[in-house]
Amino acid sequence: MTLRWLPSPALSGALLIMWLLLNQSIAPAQMLLGSVLAIAAPLLARPLRPLAPAPLRKPLVLARLLFMSMIEIVRSCFNVSRIILFNAKGVQSQFIQVPLDLKDPYGLALLSCLINSTPGTVWVEQLPDSNDLALHVFDLHDEQWWIDTIKTRYEQPLIEIFEHE
Amino acid sequence: MNPQLESLPLWASLPITLLLLLGSAIVLIGALGLVRLPHFFQRIHGPAITITLGTGSILIASMIYFSALQSRLVIHELLITVFVMLTAPVVAMLLMRTAVYRDLRARDRRPIVSANKSKTTTEVYPFSSKEEP
Repeated sequence: MTLRWLPSPALSGALLIMWLLLNQSIAPAQMLLGSVLAIAAPLLARPLRPLAPAPLRKPLVLARLLFMSMIEIVRSCFNVSRIILFNAKGVQSQFIQVPLDLKDPYGLALLSCLINSTPGTVWVEQLPDSNDLALHVFDLHDEQWWIDTIKTRYEQPLIEIFEHE
Repeated sequence: MNPQLESLPLWASLPITLLLLLGSAIVLIGALGLVRLPHFFQRIHGPAITITLGTGSILIASMIYFSALQSRLVIHELLITVFVMLTAPVVAMLLMRTAVYRDLRARDRRPIVSANKSKTTTEVYPFSSKEEP
């Protein structure tokens, strides 16, 4: 469902919710102002988005992925804290190379945000001439484990969400 | 002493205290990481725990505190979470790429150093990420 004046309903809904949260009110006047913003802002910002908005497919898979990433973020937080406190000098930090199958730009953007939000891993770049990802791992013990984890836990759901026909 | 604090029920003040303690401990550890870790590529992981678990627990504590105090749902802190989660990963990626670019440029200027490092052929980038250059 894409109307001419409402190119991405999900984005408009998010903007309306943001407006109401900012004003902490659900008065009719704020609803009206928020709706104007929610409809006008995506239209004005449309030339800035070179790609068509991604349709929201498989919300269950997406929710499971986000929930799992949240648990992983909390777990990594404690791991990184422990290393900073007790083993700051001896930590094995290293760049690793992860071959990716994911091609969708939205999927890659979400993957990079999830990886960078997780403490202990920072996405560097997609290496030129390949679809490989350069990743910096804070505490590397087993390179293959990281590659497998990223491919099965993060990339598989993202391929399912963004590249499933 | 703020008189409002005394009217706070126990069921609210207990989680608030625990979350604030956890959050500030995490923020402190994150800052400590900036001081203790030897290399830039390691220091970039320090603030990551601050922005996730640190801000997370402090914002949840804030939501519980103001909701209990004003007897209504105060959840606009969620917006801070959303904005931090949207911007922080991008900043981390930009910093990382800048540092990698800087080290690649530095290696290009000093070809002798990289010749000594020929044993590390499995590294993704042809510069040492172990010690400060």
